[in-house]
Amino acid sequence: MAKVVVDVMLKPEILDPQGQAIQRALPSLGFDQVSSVRQGKHFELDVTGDDADRVAEQVAQTLLANPVIEDFTVRLAAE
Amino acid sequence: MTARIGVVTFPGSLDDRDALRAVRVAGGEPVPLWHGDHDLRAVDAVVLPGGFSYGDYLRCGAIARFSPVMTDVVAAAGHGLPVLGICNGFQVLCESHLLPGALIRNAGLHFTCVDQRLRVQNTGTHWTGEYAAGAEIVIPVKNGEGRYVADDATLDELESSGRVVFRYVGGNPNGSLRDIAGICNERGNVVGLMPHPEHAIDALTGPGTDGLAMFVAVLKALVAA
Repeated sequence: MAKVVVDVMLKPEILDPQGQAIQRALPSLGFDQVSSVRQGKHFELDVTGDDADRVAEQVAQTLLANPVIEDFTVRLAAE
Repeated sequence: MTARIGVVTFPGSLDDRDALRAVRVAGGEPVPLWHGDHDLRAVDAVVLPGGFSYGDYLRCGAIARFSPVMTDVVAAAGHGLPVLGICNGFQVLCESHLLPGALIRNAGLHFTCVDQRLRVQNTGTHWTGEYAAGAEIVIPVKNGEGRYVADDATLDELESSGRVVFRYVGGNPNGSLRDIAGICNERGNVVGLMPHPEHAIDALTGPGTDGLAMFVAVLKALVAA
């Protein structure tokens, strides 16, 4: 069993109003140093078999990300 | 003779009953379809209604795309079956790659619910033949994730091929690129829009009756075919 992590982010050119709202809230909390926030999704998959990363890649491509608007990365998590 | 118009109910669909009623008011035979069935019940056209299919989990329409009935809808659309996706149905059509682009969170983050003016840009589709070219109509729009986006090449292609079917006028409720409210596929049988024509078929409960023409148009197109 392998744990595979898939991170999905909106493509850089796609507006992220949620990230903007978070960024705009930070100065009122005293965090004046954060000039940009982008929000994404983080998935942790437990995958059986030998080719966990390849399976996770296909899962991400098929379902977890919409390639029209999102990029994704796949990595094996440290044991 | 009239046509059988199917309306798919997914878990979380909200406007399936209004869509069935709109079909009936327009003079068609409404046929309920179920997301879990590989069965289009020999309908002549399909409406994918508004709502929150599968709770909008992951992305709006992302799970609905893989429901059994959508396999049949995608195949039939490829053979010319008229399909109308309204709001969540439009999102499902984009996730299914029957239409290009995607619908994301409104630019202002707010869920918007307004009676929206639209311009009909393409009267050549199965669903818009009853409108005059350039007609302005009022249809309710109600969504939180209705901001239409696509890359510039796709937008240019949609514009140059006349596939922008509806455009927001008098204000853009969600930040959709180029004020796009609805588009169609190359053949014109698949149309998706964020506003809700099924909520504008009765002066008692809607802003007017401008939406009814979409349901009438497909019936006439089917009878003429």
